[in-house]
Amino acid sequence: MAEKRIALVTGAGRGIGAEIALTLAAENTDIAVVDYSDQAAAQATLDALTAAGVTARYYRCDVSDFTATKNVVDQIVKDFGKIDILVNNAGITADNLLLRMEEAEWDRVLSINLKGCFNMIKHVTPYMMRKRYGRIVSISSVVGLMGNAGQANYAASKAGIIGLTKTVAKEFGARNITANAVAPGFIKTAMTDALTEEQKQAMYKLIPLGKLGETKDIANAVKFLVSEDARYITGVVLKVDGGMYI
Amino acid sequence: MTTLEKLKEILSECKGEDLDITPETTFDELEFDSLDKVDIVMQIEEAYDISLGENMQLSTVGELIEKIDEAVANK
Ligand SMILES: NC(=O)c1ccc[n+]([C@@H]2O[C@H](COP(=O)([O-])OP(=O)(O)OC[C@H]3O[C@@H](n4cnc5c(N)ncnc54)[C@H](O)[C@@H]3O)[C@@H](O)[C@H]2O)c1
Repeated sequence: MAEKRIALVTGAGRGIGAEIALTLAAENTDIAVVDYSDQAAAQATLDALTAAGVTARYYRCDVSDFTATKNVVDQIVKDFGKIDILVNNAGITADNLLLRMEEAEWDRVLSINLKGCFNMIKHVTPYMMRKRYGRIVSISSVVGLMGNAGQANYAASKAGIIGLTKTVAKEFGARNITANAVAPGFIKTAMTDALTEEQKQAMYKLIPLGKLGETKDIANAVKFLVSEDARYITGVVLKVDGGMYI
Repeated sequence: MTTLEKLKEILSECKGEDLDITPETTFDELEFDSLDKVDIVMQIEEAYDISLGENMQLSTVGELIEKIDEAVANK
């Protein structure tokens, strides 16, 4: 069996991030969960990871905080000995039409969704460089490719992740570090569950495959991108959107 | 630990193998690329709590030791 790997997954307390953590855990990977909610909110995820037979630890940290992310990355390397995989999944929305969008809404979304990725990559890559190995996957969104009325801040942050990913792929390729992005379409989460049947029907019309994606679909894409099968893939944006954006 | 010993440690870790270095060793011989050099300078700065400046030109190990000792003395 291959050597055990260590993955740092941000925003893994719940939702897509939790599914990514569980999917990687099934691949002989210990998990460092980095999330800013209190640990109780992530307890179910941590219990499920432990039940899956891997070591999972919780680190409370806001990814937009440069110094805090540095400390947390250093601590994780102390606790686990290394970081092989970084998954930048933490993200928020604060939707508003641009005409109404407040400066604070713009700044908050950009600093968590985009600067958060920069912070994590910045602090993790020195360790990966010395190991001559690293797999970085950042969760973008099809909205970053298409734009979306009411989401100027979110779309800009998700497009920014793509430019960041491509640059990291170029700067660190010689160190056997790959950087890729996954761009989900509409994924079934608490957020989409709250939509009315009518709203859902309208959404299905936009998706050639005619249904919402599941968190598992995103986790499987991440699993592939960090696997040995994807060792020659870097700098790509893998859309997992049922064909919503073609 | 002398500066040379500390450098040997940092350079070896960066290279991923035990390096034999003397003050006369050149960075060209060691075949570090630009990414390595940035990493090395950052590690030195952290280890000694000094700043070596953005555009450090590295030619020999001896020169680097001089620069480090000077920066430490002026701290
Ligand atoms: N759900 C979708 O349909 C969809 C579609 C496209 C992209 N995405 C992206 O997928 C990612 C996960 O989405 P989700 O639906 O699971 O969201 P979610 O809100 O269910 O989960 C996000 C997690 O990130 C954490 N988090 C938020 N801000 C943080 C911060 N500053 N520091 C640390 N942790 C923080 C939250 O506590 C939460 O645990 C996000 O980046 C999102 O933009 C989701």
